[in-house]
Amino acid sequence: MIFEQLVTSFFAAAAFAVIFNAPKKALIQCGIVGMLGWLVYTICTMQNVDAAIATMASSVLVAVLSQFCAKLYKTPIIIFTVSGIIPLVPGGLAYDAMRQFVENDYNMAVQLAAKAFLISGAIALGLVFSEIINQVIRKMKWTVVQQKTKQ
Amino acid sequence: MSEQKKITKICLLAGKIMLQSGAETYRVEDTMLRIAATFGVESAQSHATPTGIMFSMGETEPTNFVRIITRSTDLHKVTQVNSVSRNIAKGQLTVDEAHEQLHTIELEKHAYPIYLQIIAAALASGCFTIMFQGQWQDFMPAFIVGALGFSASVLFQQMVEIRFFAELLASFIIGLCAYLFIYIGIGIELDKIIIGSVMPLVPGLLITNAVRDLMAGHLVSGLSKGAEAFLTAFAIGAGVAVIFLII
Repeated sequence: MIFEQLVTSFFAAAAFAVIFNAPKKALIQCGIVGMLGWLVYTICTMQNVDAAIATMASSVLVAVLSQFCAKLYKTPIIIFTVSGIIPLVPGGLAYDAMRQFVENDYNMAVQLAAKAFLISGAIALGLVFSEIINQVIRKMKWTVVQQKTKQ
Repeated sequence: MSEQKKITKICLLAGKIMLQSGAETYRVEDTMLRIAATFGVESAQSHATPTGIMFSMGETEPTNFVRIITRSTDLHKVTQVNSVSRNIAKGQLTVDEAHEQLHTIELEKHAYPIYLQIIAAALASGCFTIMFQGQWQDFMPAFIVGALGFSASVLFQQMVEIRFFAELLASFIIGLCAYLFIYIGIGIELDKIIIGSVMPLVPGLLITNAVRDLMAGHLVSGLSKGAEAFLTAFAIGAGVAVIFLII
């Protein structure tokens, strides 16, 4: 069950990297980032964690991994985050909401749209959160260096 | 051409390529200011929105402007502009060399041939069907329908200039083909096949980028990206809904 989710999410993320014209040498890393993000999401939802929180947890992981990859391969971070968050984005929800709107079921449509908005907010929050961690670490390193030079 | 004008041109070109390739707005502004600063322009001002970039060499200097009409996601170009700007910052490129390199980047085409992109879209569609708790019997229908839908959207985008129309027609075709697969008895769940197949068209990245821009304080960019995402999602939903209305 988990295994098929792992395989499919790897290929989905890597395939999206191809559609988005990512550099060839980054395709496998993109797939792995996407796979690990989806793994966290599936495990969280299996434990009945709310979808928005599960999404935020996995997008934090995706962002941390992407930052690591971006440093390692000296490429912009967006290459890895894009393919990493693709499995998480509420595209299916947004589509579902629109379908309900067009079919005149406004109650359901507004509910689904609000959920889609919350989940995309959770993704963005996760990405920003890891950036904050990164900045804090950088500043801490900087103060350590400064203290050492003073001594 | 004076040195100042050349630097302005480089900054605008770099910003234009990045925005057209789907880079984040704050990164575009940041890159332009960095390039300007390396060439000795300290108080440059830049303001990027999804539809245009404004740039000036200083508060009292005249403002230059570039219009952005088409936007897509092209990570290869973002990477290359990034490496050019890194090289500029290291002092390895002169103004003329930088301009030439950016110009070649702008003219570059997609690195993967179109059939490979279609296969990738098909694979993504099939995989998403499984990821949304679909059954393996629906993998093949989603694979084929996803390939058809993606090719249709690429084809219509080249034929018709009107935005969102390509998405509408492509999702109509997706709905129709998915229904046919159910009708002849190969597919099982219509919803799962359709959701998987529309994933390559859905503006998921745009939605997230819009929220991200809003959080970073780029209110104009965030709202306009959100509007674009909403209209695209609406076009896709409407295209599929036509099928449900006919049935």
